[in-house]
Amino acid sequence: MEKLISDFSSGLFIWQTLVFVVLIFLLRKFAWKPILNSVESREEGIKKALEQAEEAKKEMASLKSSNEALLNQAREERDIMLKEARDVKDKLIADAKTTANVEAEKIIAAAKESIHHEKMAAITELKNEVATLSIQIAEKILKEELASADKQKAIIDNVVNEINLN
Amino acid sequence: MSIKNISKFTLILFVFLSINSFANTNETHEENIESTTIVDEKASLKKEIKETIDHHLMDSYDFAITHGVSFPLPVILIDGGLHIFSSSKLTNHDTHEPTIVESNGNYYKLFHGKIYKTDAAGTINLDEHHHATNEKPFDISITKNVFTIILMSLFLFFLFKGMAKKYKTNSLPKGAGRFLEPIVLFVRDEIAIPNIGEKHYKKYMNYLLTIFFFIWFLNLAGMTPFGIGVTNNIAVTFSLAMLTFLITQFTGKKTYWLHLFDPLGHSMPWVAKIPLYLLLVPIEILGLFVKPFSLMIRLYANMTAGHVVLMSIIGLIFVFKNIIASTAFPVLTLALSALELLVAALQAYIFTMLSALYFGTAAEEHH
Repeated sequence: MEKLISDFSSGLFIWQTLVFVVLIFLLRKFAWKPILNSVESREEGIKKALEQAEEAKKEMASLKSSNEALLNQAREERDIMLKEARDVKDKLIADAKTTANVEAEKIIAAAKESIHHEKMAAITELKNEVATLSIQIAEKILKEELASADKQKAIIDNVVNEINLN
Repeated sequence: MSIKNISKFTLILFVFLSINSFANTNETHEENIESTTIVDEKASLKKEIKETIDHHLMDSYDFAITHGVSFPLPVILIDGGLHIFSSSKLTNHDTHEPTIVESNGNYYKLFHGKIYKTDAAGTINLDEHHHATNEKPFDISITKNVFTIILMSLFLFFLFKGMAKKYKTNSLPKGAGRFLEPIVLFVRDEIAIPNIGEKHYKKYMNYLLTIFFFIWFLNLAGMTPFGIGVTNNIAVTFSLAMLTFLITQFTGKKTYWLHLFDPLGHSMPWVAKIPLYLLLVPIEILGLFVKPFSLMIRLYANMTAGHVVLMSIIGLIFVFKNIIASTAFPVLTLALSALELLVAALQAYIFTMLSALYFGTAAEEHH
């Protein structure tokens, strides 16, 4: 201990203190301040970027869930619409069928009626025609039969013969 | 420089160190053989090893790069005026004996590594313990240690200034900054913030960072074979500890002083506190000074012990002088040097950590 104290170099102590204090101030101005500041600003930047990324992630998640909800809603709506459309279609078809049936029956009935009329008219006409033709034929046959006196006679004979007076 | 390169560099430095120290001692040893006769070779060898170690740990007026190769530094004395002369005048170049230096009418002579004021004949008066009783001038020479401190401070300044400059163009560290930035962040996140607290740590960062790198780099410089162990000098560690002490006191808040002079607070009536405080307050005040004292001694003792152990083991090679010793001890030296590299960083960390802890108690606010 005594040796330590007697060996204590006050010159070295003074220089060391002086140089070291100057070094602290120089390094503070030229090194530590700029280094720590830029490191801090960098860390701040990283922190901010991370926070932003986290936020973006959250937003994405919320967007995704809202998208899903929207999708589900859309799906439901689609299902409802499809169902409605199907119902409308079925109803339409059913309605069309009934109307068509009614129409068809009407048409058929009208057709039947007109056919009947036509038939009756045709029959009447045919009857008239047949009557006329029959008269004409009878006239021609009569003219032919009664062209000669012989034939007339023969006919008369024949008729007379037939009229068998029993 | 990448971390890999730095570790490579350290390894090379460190091998160089072992070899060089080995060579140094070898040289002195050979000289020793020449000079000593048969009488008591071993005792004289041991003495020389001890002297080499002492010399290695001591400050000196010139900068010895290796054994015999050195350059002089200015000697500055305050003794009724300023006396400045080159340290080369202190010793005779050929005989290595101290010579008498005349400066402005005063005479100075080197005795056991210290400058004493003498008469014109250079008489050194000794007391019964062989200590010089001559007057010592006030010595503010640029010694080897002062020179190293200035050199290291310049190195630190330009290193970190360069590092700071790189951030201007890019927010990511470049070059040496890649290695240093994690350490700077370590000092901030592991030393300053946990001990001082998020709120007040910023104003102490300059001091903590400077002291951490200053001690660490000087410890590492002490590992080089130039014998520039600055941190194993008590004047240096005293200066550092004193700064920590002063900063602690000057930044001490109300809570800090209350804790010092009124440690029990409102827990009991003031009448009951008086007898207790007769005991407690002196202890608290003693603790105030014990803290920096322990900082000073810890760094000094650790670095000195490391050097002494390393050099003693190298010295053992020459004491034993056989094949086993000359292979085993260098290996041991290598292992211990590795340990010393760790200690260099560890002591810097501990000094910074404890400083931060003391600042933390000073900056603490009432809660």
